[in-house]
Amino acid sequence: MEHDADEMMTVAAARELRDGEVCFVGIGLPSTAANLARGMHAPEVVLIYESGTIGSKPTRLPLSIGDGDLAETADSVVSVPEIFNYWLQGGRIDVGFLGAAQIDRHGNLNSTVIGAYDEPKVRLPGAGGAPEIAAQARRVITIIRQSPRSFVSEIGFKSSLGAADQVVITDLGVLRRDGELTLEKLHPGVTLEQAREATGWDLRVADDLSETEPPTAEELRLLRELKAA
Amino acid sequence: MADVTTLPEAIRALVRDGDSVALEGFTHLIPFAAGHEIVRQGRRDLELIRMTPDLIYDQLIGMGCARRLVFSWGGNPGVGSLHRLRDAVENGWPGPLELEEHSHAGMANRYAAGASNLPFAVLRGYRGTDLEPRTNVAPITCPFTGEELTAVPALRPDVGIVHAQRADREGNVQLWGIVGIQKEVVLAAERSLVTVEEIVDDLEPRPGAIVIPKWAITAVAEAPRGAHPSYAHSYYDRDNDFYKAWDAIARDRDAFKAWMEEHVLWSTTPTR
Repeated sequence: MEHDADEMMTVAAARELRDGEVCFVGIGLPSTAANLARGMHAPEVVLIYESGTIGSKPTRLPLSIGDGDLAETADSVVSVPEIFNYWLQGGRIDVGFLGAAQIDRHGNLNSTVIGAYDEPKVRLPGAGGAPEIAAQARRVITIIRQSPRSFVSEIGFKSSLGAADQVVITDLGVLRRDGELTLEKLHPGVTLEQAREATGWDLRVADDLSETEPPTAEELRLLRELKAA
Repeated sequence: MADVTTLPEAIRALVRDGDSVALEGFTHLIPFAAGHEIVRQGRRDLELIRMTPDLIYDQLIGMGCARRLVFSWGGNPGVGSLHRLRDAVENGWPGPLELEEHSHAGMANRYAAGASNLPFAVLRGYRGTDLEPRTNVAPITCPFTGEELTAVPALRPDVGIVHAQRADREGNVQLWGIVGIQKEVVLAAERSLVTVEEIVDDLEPRPGAIVIPKWAITAVAEAPRGAHPSYAHSYYDRDNDFYKAWDAIARDRDAFKAWMEEHVLWSTTPTR
């Protein structure tokens, strides 16, 4: 089945999530991928949104982290201090699922500013929940489109630190942090040369570099259904 | 004891030029009607505090009400930038805007410390990030274990404003759905205003609802659809189409000003 690079990225990210895990979800691509996983191989995954909804099972993709559907379908709704203090800092989150504007070779994420902090070229939204999610979840899945502007040698602002156990899913492939990010998979049709050109540093490549399984018809059907709902 | 009053009266009595003002509501129950009344009354030099500035602070900033912003995530959720916030930070329009920026966990704990009448809260956070040297936090050592943690200063806004589903005629407030940081803001603030969808005779119990008693609130005012384009659980849904449409309105200074004139300055009814 024909698919585009964003669909491959979302499907690859969804596959990283294991059934039964407790996942703290960011909005946008992370939320799309997490809900795809819930519809596919991980029906028992527990999705937690920073608005305080625990065990949300949205019927359509939320635009914000606090859409009403997230609360209506949740097992429990708690306050914002509680979600960060008891549930995240309390050590109950298996996976943090995050996006960002920029990433460096150590997995550090920038979602704050491009250019000087006091005289920014682009003022981005800011850190939000990410710094503590990145530091306190047992592992981190990052989803980000790969280009020289996003994969940078010098990150403009360290909003969140790279995690010891971190996988980065892009539109080109899959990288895992082993001290530094290491390319371990290329998506079908992507060349190593393309991945290197889209990286602002000398990209480390795994000895056993392999190809991502293309999206199955079922994965694509469900993803498109989710996005159309 | 809560003064049950009108929205214009409440804003006139509670919000002064130069105040620190927190209008909260985490995606849900954002007090848009109260924010619009602040714009209409022409308040200036405010220190605006909010975890997620959202469209309401984009509007207040663009209308020149703010001198300073304390926040943790300043985007249009699922859509992109807050263009009025960006224009203020990047170009100083309509005036310079000082920023104090935190993480969500930091802001949540700052409100909780304020509500608890403590000078600061403690969390594991900020350490090693570029936020740490840029903002108002300090390292602190646990006196029992020696663990290095982060202290964040309490938030004690002059005014805390939230929206809720309903209040009774005495000013007891009831809210449900995503409860966010509403209770903490009311209890942390020097003066507080709760706008509500409706004032009713009796607060019938609801699953998961919290009640803030009248004696912990300064003023209550009825503002039907007062959270639109955010939402009030059980009353109306989040107007996601409006959040998307705001991107084009706010991108352009003139389009923004025209929209604010038509829908806020010359109107006292909700925007839709």
